[in-house]
Amino acid sequence: MQLQLKNFTKRFGDLTVIENLDLTVNSGEMIALLGPSGCGKSTTLFAICGIHRMDEGELLFGDREVSDLPSQKRNVGVVFQNYALYPHMSVFENIAFPLTIKKQSASDIERQVNEIAELVYIGELLKRRPAELSGGQQQRVALARALVRKPDFLLLDEPLANLDAKLRLEMRSEIRRIQQETGIAAILVTHDQVEAMSMCDRIALMDAGKIVQFDQPSVLYTDPANKFVASFLGNPPISFIDPIVDSGALMLPGGLSIAIPENISAQSKVQLGIRPESFGPQFGTGLPGKVCFVEMQGREELFDVLLADGSLVRSIQPAGSGINVGAQIDWGVAADNVLMFDQNGARL
Amino acid sequence: MRHNFRTWPLLLILSLVSLPLIIMYVFQVVDSFTAPKPGSLIPGAVTFENFRFLWETPDPGRSSIWQVTFNTFVFATSVAVIITSISMTAAYALSRLNFPARGFFLGGLIVLHGFPTVTLIIAIFLILQFLGLYDSLFGVILVKSALELPFGIWIMKGFYDTVPWEIEMAGVQDGASRFTVWRRLVLPQVQPGLSALFVLAFLLGWSEFVLPLVLAPGSDAQVLSTYLAALIADDSKLDFSLYKAVGMFYALPVIFIYLVFQKKLMNIYGGGTKG
Ligand SMILES: Nc1ncnc2c1ncn2[C@@H]1O[C@H](COP(=O)(O)OP(=O)(O)OP(=O)(O)O)[C@@H](O)[C@H]1O
Ligand SMILES: [Mg+2]
Repeated sequence: MQLQLKNFTKRFGDLTVIENLDLTVNSGEMIALLGPSGCGKSTTLFAICGIHRMDEGELLFGDREVSDLPSQKRNVGVVFQNYALYPHMSVFENIAFPLTIKKQSASDIERQVNEIAELVYIGELLKRRPAELSGGQQQRVALARALVRKPDFLLLDEPLANLDAKLRLEMRSEIRRIQQETGIAAILVTHDQVEAMSMCDRIALMDAGKIVQFDQPSVLYTDPANKFVASFLGNPPISFIDPIVDSGALMLPGGLSIAIPENISAQSKVQLGIRPESFGPQFGTGLPGKVCFVEMQGREELFDVLLADGSLVRSIQPAGSGINVGAQIDWGVAADNVLMFDQNGARL
Repeated sequence: MRHNFRTWPLLLILSLVSLPLIIMYVFQVVDSFTAPKPGSLIPGAVTFENFRFLWETPDPGRSSIWQVTFNTFVFATSVAVIITSISMTAAYALSRLNFPARGFFLGGLIVLHGFPTVTLIIAIFLILQFLGLYDSLFGVILVKSALELPFGIWIMKGFYDTVPWEIEMAGVQDGASRFTVWRRLVLPQVQPGLSALFVLAFLLGWSEFVLPLVLAPGSDAQVLSTYLAALIADDSKLDFSLYKAVGMFYALPVIFIYLVFQKKLMNIYGGGTKG
């Protein structure tokens, strides 16, 4: 089923948190709402499940308009950040709760709960209380409860935020597997770009209540719409330098010049974005500087290089280069991969 | 258990300070079971004579102790039931629902919680008389419940405030109505608070003295506290041992309840955080 959010506006008192937001989720698809803290991800999610009323706009599930339906009638499953399991009920009762509300027969309930418990691998835990489960297990129970009544959509609000690094990795693929097996369209709210990129078909990157770009993860990374997208995605992050525009070419500090592509009209001021993997000795020379910080990351080393004009460029290289802090280097740039932005941050 | 300070000085100080209390309790018990020896601290022979009020009515004019105990029990239980059931719903509304003038009600609650209720007694007296409830147990029950309600609501609001908001949202998403969510998901989590409040409200009712004294002075609605007061007020034949025996009888349920429900009562002072 397709979900369409049109012209959604949300205000808290005088504060407009979301303005005229459009979002379409295709059936079977998993998308991420990604963005910095406070940009309105949860607000959007809560509007979709009916916890928040929409001030303007409409919400369509398939061709059914649901903007004015209460949460109870929308049939979406939600997994909350702290799981919100019912502490006084066993795992079985937790998962069965949505079905008991529907007054289904005991045997039906039992069959469905067992089915879903198998799917999320918690078959042996059904008798326990939530307090007797690990974080990852609680997460699975929350998923099972959201899925058991076969919702049209699955909404996940930072589902991995409370897990440790290893479990997070495991649950990342688990959630994706379960989503694909059930074929339910899902929206994942997160501020972790790795989560969004690894789990979702498309990412809606939000900033200050607006969707800045909505596309596949690889497109967002290689073809960002503006400076915000470029700087939000990528770890270690992209570096920006201010070259001098001179007769159709960009002069970098140190003498390297990059031709401005013909389809871009000459601007008085251009910003260059260089990803860490596009700067290094393998790209020749031309951008000299001094190494001011080295971070060993195991397989790779991260260098912070201070250029002549005082700007900082990061480079990531295979470990074992033997370059230390203070070394003078002269590396090159993969000119095809640099990103150009105008002075307002829009992509050129 | 090991401590980072020595415990015996602390114990010594605590014992010294509580000594007068302990002595009083000991004599309360001892005197009620012995014949008095005027002018002596050493008790006389053991006797159950002081407890004769249990099987005979001491004076023709006085009600039977069992009638009075029954009154007290009805009074305390009704107060407990009324306070718990109203607090249980009112506190939820104050904690969770966004209704007009919520701030006003919350403020009012705090003010009434600390209000010296005796100052209202004349007004209450007049109202009860107007309603025809003066000198009836029912009237006193209503008054006592109303006066203790702010306390109960405040305590229960503390418990409701600790229930995570997401649990209710999850319940609503699961398709349950707000009422079902409250009854099946929220209420079980404040249940320790509810039972503690019930016991505490019962004890408040059991020990109430001023309200029955002023608002129900007749013998039909007499409760144990006023019965006891009437015993000393009667100068004609002062019997301290009888008085102490009745006092014992009056205090026993309280001690029993405290012993049994200690843990539950502690919940209230923890403000709803479960240990
Ligand atoms: N009930 C509310 N009343 C007033 N303002 C609110 C309310 N809820 C959220 N906001 C504001 O709306 C904005 C968006 O909040 P939202 O919770 O959607 O952010 P978020 O993107 O989910 O952030 P995070 O990643 O920190 O969870 C924030 O500036 C927040 O302060
Ligand atoms: Mg949020």
